[in-house]
Amino acid sequence: MHESSCRCLESDSVFLSDLLTRTRKVNDVKASLILEDGTVFTGVSIGSAKTAISEIVFNTSMTGYLEILTDPSYAGQAVVMTYPLIGNYGICYEDQESAKPWPDGYIVRELSRLPSNFRSEDSIQHYLLKHDIPGIAGVDTRALTRLLREKGTMNGMITTEDLSVEEAVSRIRDYQVGRVVDIVTCTEKEHIPGDGPKVVLMDFGTKGDIAANLAKRGCDVTICPAHTTAEEILAMKPDGIMLSNGPGDPKENTEIIAEIRKLYESDVPIFAICLGHQLMALATGADTFKLKYGHRGGNHPVRDLMGDGRVYITSQNHGYAVDPTSLDPSVAVPAFENVNDGTNEGLSYVGKKIFTVQFHPEACPGPQDANYLFDRFVSMMSTTERSL
Amino acid sequence: MPKNPNIKKVLVIGSGPIIIGQAAEFDYAGTQACRSLREEGVEVVLLNSNPATIMTDKDIADEVYIEPLTTDVVKKIIEKEKPDSILPTLGGQAGLNLAMELADEGFFETHDVNLIGTTALTIKKAEDRQSFKDTMEKIGEPIAASLVVHTVEEGEAFAAKIGYPVVLRPAYTLGGSGGGIAHDLEELREILANGLRLSRVNEVLVERSIAGWKEIEYEVMRDARGNKITVCNMENIDPVGVHTGDSIVVAPSQTLGDKEYQMLRTSALNIIEELGITGGCNVQYALHPESFEYCVIEVNPRVSRSSALASKATGYPIAKVSAKIALGYTLDEIPNAITKKTYASFEPMLDYCVVKIPRLPFDKFITARHTLTTQMKATGEVMSICTNFEGALMKAIRSLEQHVDSLMSYDYSQLEDQQLLDELRNVDDRRIWKIAEALRRQIPQSEIVMLTGIDEWFVDKLANLVGMEYNLKTRKLTPELLREAKRMEFPDDVIAKISGNTAEEVRRLRLENGITASFKMVDTCAAEFAASTPYYYSVYGGENESQPSHDRKKVLVLGSGPIRIGQGIEFDFCSVHCTWAFSKEGWETVIINNNPETVSTDFDIADRLYFEPLTPEDVENVVAVEKPDGAVVQFGGQTAIKLTEALMKMGVPILGTSADDVDAAEDRERFDEVLASCGIERPKGETVFTAEEAKAAAARLGYPVLVRPSYVLGGQGMRIAISDDDIDEYIGIINRIAQDHPILVDKYMLGKEVEVDAVCDGNDILIPGIMEHVERAGIHSGDSISVYPAQTLSEAAKEKIIDYTGKLAKALHVLGMINIQFIAQGDEVCCIEVNPRSSRTVPYISKVTGIPIVPLASKVILGHTIRELGYEPGLQPEAKHIAIKMPVFSFEKIHDADISLGPEMKSTGEALGISESQSEALYKAFLGAGINLPKHKNMIITVREEDKEAIVPIAARFEAIGYRIYATRGTARCLNEHGVHAVRTNKIEQPHPNLLDLILGHKIDLIIDLPPQGIEHQHDGFLIRRNAIETGVTVLTAIDTAEALITSLENPNLKDLSLVNIAEIG
Repeated sequence: MHESSCRCLESDSVFLSDLLTRTRKVNDVKASLILEDGTVFTGVSIGSAKTAISEIVFNTSMTGYLEILTDPSYAGQAVVMTYPLIGNYGICYEDQESAKPWPDGYIVRELSRLPSNFRSEDSIQHYLLKHDIPGIAGVDTRALTRLLREKGTMNGMITTEDLSVEEAVSRIRDYQVGRVVDIVTCTEKEHIPGDGPKVVLMDFGTKGDIAANLAKRGCDVTICPAHTTAEEILAMKPDGIMLSNGPGDPKENTEIIAEIRKLYESDVPIFAICLGHQLMALATGADTFKLKYGHRGGNHPVRDLMGDGRVYITSQNHGYAVDPTSLDPSVAVPAFENVNDGTNEGLSYVGKKIFTVQFHPEACPGPQDANYLFDRFVSMMSTTERSL
Repeated sequence: MPKNPNIKKVLVIGSGPIIIGQAAEFDYAGTQACRSLREEGVEVVLLNSNPATIMTDKDIADEVYIEPLTTDVVKKIIEKEKPDSILPTLGGQAGLNLAMELADEGFFETHDVNLIGTTALTIKKAEDRQSFKDTMEKIGEPIAASLVVHTVEEGEAFAAKIGYPVVLRPAYTLGGSGGGIAHDLEELREILANGLRLSRVNEVLVERSIAGWKEIEYEVMRDARGNKITVCNMENIDPVGVHTGDSIVVAPSQTLGDKEYQMLRTSALNIIEELGITGGCNVQYALHPESFEYCVIEVNPRVSRSSALASKATGYPIAKVSAKIALGYTLDEIPNAITKKTYASFEPMLDYCVVKIPRLPFDKFITARHTLTTQMKATGEVMSICTNFEGALMKAIRSLEQHVDSLMSYDYSQLEDQQLLDELRNVDDRRIWKIAEALRRQIPQSEIVMLTGIDEWFVDKLANLVGMEYNLKTRKLTPELLREAKRMEFPDDVIAKISGNTAEEVRRLRLENGITASFKMVDTCAAEFAASTPYYYSVYGGENESQPSHDRKKVLVLGSGPIRIGQGIEFDFCSVHCTWAFSKEGWETVIINNNPETVSTDFDIADRLYFEPLTPEDVENVVAVEKPDGAVVQFGGQTAIKLTEALMKMGVPILGTSADDVDAAEDRERFDEVLASCGIERPKGETVFTAEEAKAAAARLGYPVLVRPSYVLGGQGMRIAISDDDIDEYIGIINRIAQDHPILVDKYMLGKEVEVDAVCDGNDILIPGIMEHVERAGIHSGDSISVYPAQTLSEAAKEKIIDYTGKLAKALHVLGMINIQFIAQGDEVCCIEVNPRSSRTVPYISKVTGIPIVPLASKVILGHTIRELGYEPGLQPEAKHIAIKMPVFSFEKIHDADISLGPEMKSTGEALGISESQSEALYKAFLGAGINLPKHKNMIITVREEDKEAIVPIAARFEAIGYRIYATRGTARCLNEHGVHAVRTNKIEQPHPNLLDLILGHKIDLIIDLPPQGIEHQHDGFLIRRNAIETGVTVLTAIDTAEALITSLENPNLKDLSLVNIAEIG
């Protein structure tokens, strides 16, 4: 358990007498969160004291803060946790979805001053600091979430500098994020040997648990950088291709989309998650659009449109969605839909062994209800049946 | 799947009288389910023996039977009403058992009644020990390994296999005596040998010990299509070993990572899938604190106390959704009533922290040990919501109404360090206060964690609160410090007390610096979707979301807080009906309450709900935002009445009887003046402050005297004293409970106790009926059998009662409800108590007379007159049936509690018996209260000297219906002398075979034990009474109750009960 660098509790928090508590530094640094509409939230700095400008999104999961921090899909975003008590069970490194945290900033109501769990190896305060992630605590995260819900996702700045709102807003307006997939994808192939089907996992920012789920089922997994060409992938003679999740606007990835088109035209079974699902849709002529404030959390119900109509509770993290009206029914048909807002949550490709989902069957964090989809993929690789 | 069109008429079974472990939560669930069914056009037939419930209103169900919960009654109702379906999972264990019994008999099949919701097979799989074990093994879900053994050797072998420690539970011993935890072979041999010897059937269950593991619960739902969701998980602060109903519980879990959370969630969903649950279900787990190992403790395939808590904690209405699922809907077809945009097939996300604290009855059972075990003892609970744990805990503490407002409320500073450490090992209702004291002494948190088994995260939160106490004590009260103290929900007066300021100064500093409470919404979705249901909780720091409109008149209704002995579900009935009545009159309604088990805290009862403590400061925060046009206090019991003065200071007009008149009724001297002005007699009495003054007063009045504190509820601290010694002792007890008010000493009077509830519009009085108590004065009215209409009063006495009621209501300027208790001897009537508010008997008398008393009183408060509302003033014509309210006790749950009745109330609930014949009404009432006689036709009588003659005719009547009577020497001699055959038996301290052997032989139906009065005799017979209760033998400690019981048994048609449809009355 790390003691040293607990920097804060909450805004205006008053530290206990040393007489009563473990020694800790009294080191409140004021921080502000300024949104592009000029709204200012004040609190105290957590993690790095550097200034960050980013898209601000909220996640409603009550557990799994480390998995969220290490999900590469959050690259280019600062995450607001709607659950107010974060850090309770510390940092269990084995729960990381990738080797480091990706968000540009972290926004919470309260960080626990004491991490308590048998597996905890670190405190979240220290973890943020170690990875130079700036953040702010003591924010009325509910008010912030309501604002994002009403006005839609906004850009904002987390800073410990003393800036005027005008100056901050003009800097926020100048901010643009782009090509985030390039930042998060691996640079070299990685091979996880297995006795089962050979799967190439395209890494657009993959969560570790996607590969883990395939490996758990005996797959031989090769993780490839995002810009690996279709030729190179097909040359590896995979039994199946997995398109991973990842950050950003799917339409930015024009080169990748072109390669995916080639994969579509091959006869290799393909399973795609999140960004991978959107890229496959774009590659086959459908369109995507930006949701007002996205889906980020562990409670999203999706209805299985192909099977018995059952509803699964899923883990989600996406700001864009496939527009179902743009689908060519001779190419792809909706396989899942969101019960809350009716948005598309998955596609089945006509005449192909391809199915794609918007949500995260690998969970982590969140419910494992849709985990069976990995089984479906594995069995698809071992049969000749087409998905439709 | 849409609604099943074949379901047109459904029988819903309630849970019966409120007892420990089965309380108001089932009225909440049942009421919600009935409304949900009727919303779908389904006709509802309701059976519940509890008249204080809202579900037994004719507004809630189409046909209402307040009859005993027996298979015979259910059969009769089915034959008469011909429902096509029965919904058994909403009435707690009582309702479920009843339905299962009939399902086993095949009755439903032969009468074309379908069990809807969870099926009988599923219920069996979950409830039967063996099939549950088999099912869990089949799907690979671990349960604590256990085996029934008959020899020490068998036990040794099994323990070697599963590993120590092991729990040993002998079968059929008293209160689990002879059991224990063995940590090694030596202990096992000793405890097991002893346990086998004590067990009547020579059987001991050896079970792997999971004590000290984290206790985690999941509330899950499943529909017939197999859609499954988790509503909420909860973490008990106390580790496994304390009943979850007696533990402080937090939602959601705080110390589980996503891996643990999802592991248990997946397990819970697998379990309900395998069981085939359709509806709500509760799954309890023990989770090893140092690994991923877990055990399933139990599964409840029905709504429960935990599901009520989960519903209130999340806003997800489990009972309502369960009812819809029973009708055939799937989760994704049922709209989320809070967001109106999403569906029931989602999982609530909380953006706050919920704390529940049990309300334990040790203030009523002062002799009982406070130890908490796997046997639940709490009568009720409070819940609070805040964005931080510290604040939620502080709010819950002050919601308890047990004279506690912080972690400083119990003083353990006098304990030696070692004593304190020993105390920490002992799990009781005050452990968090002891932990706070340990933290103040800088005992390391790790040591506290080790001694208590409580996760350090929680201990650290307590340390944070203790640290704040220290800061407030040692630092200047700056706005920053104050802001942080308020964030942790320290009340102003606690801050004032610690920091050496006055509460007014603290308040002023707060307001000057803009430190005020804001209100956040409970919306099921952590603000992801806009919600339209105004269900709020307060926090300090942040945006205020409660933006009330003010286009209509607005009334604030104060709830009655946690269910406790003396203030039960009746007051929730009154609060809810008052809210509905105001709403019908066009008022906007606002409720404040903190009890998660009740109907009043359902989000669609009032227009706006505030889940908050009921203290002046918390109420003021709501008033500041809502600015109500008036407040109603007369329906929320003493909790609401106590807030009257504070509300007036806030400038909120009190609707109905004024605060000054309430005071006139409660202040002894002012009340004496009122009585004198009306020419009404009362027992002579005096107001005193000390024991010396009390003894002097008693000498003037003559013993016996009744000693009690003023401003009491349920006779708290009230005793009959027959000597100076008694007075010394009683006043000691009274003073142990914080007292700002004087002590009353009254001449104790014998006679019939009579009770009246009336509505006064300022001019006319409406008396629905006169109730007469079976037991003579001296037994608390809440513990007496109450009979409507009064059977033994003379016409002259009745006239006087009507006259006095009118005079008192007018003299006290009552506008709304008044409750008066009289003592009648012959034609003489004197008044013993007046409560210018709604009372415990209001729901009962409303139902049996068919007069909607609370709505009437509410309308009267709003200016309507009784005549205008269509009623002739005065005593209403008597009903043709007799309705008897029978008290129900939970004595078997509280070890060491004395069960003998007196002026201090001890009952937890009530059952109704209604019939045109008095003996049948009595029989039904006893049956409803769980007294199902005769069985073996053996009874024991042991009577104090002065009652020996009086018991003879009663004993003779028992003998006449075939009872064999056992009696101790004196009683036996007296009975035999008077020609009643009695077998003499040895007293408990005499050689075997004695009374205790008789009781433990399980062949005794009944014990009539009339203990002598006075403090020095209090423990006579205590052991007999305790042993009897724990073996399930009925014990009566009042001669009048015994007479009532024999009268009921003399009814020739015991097996062929008539039915009364309450919906047809009035």
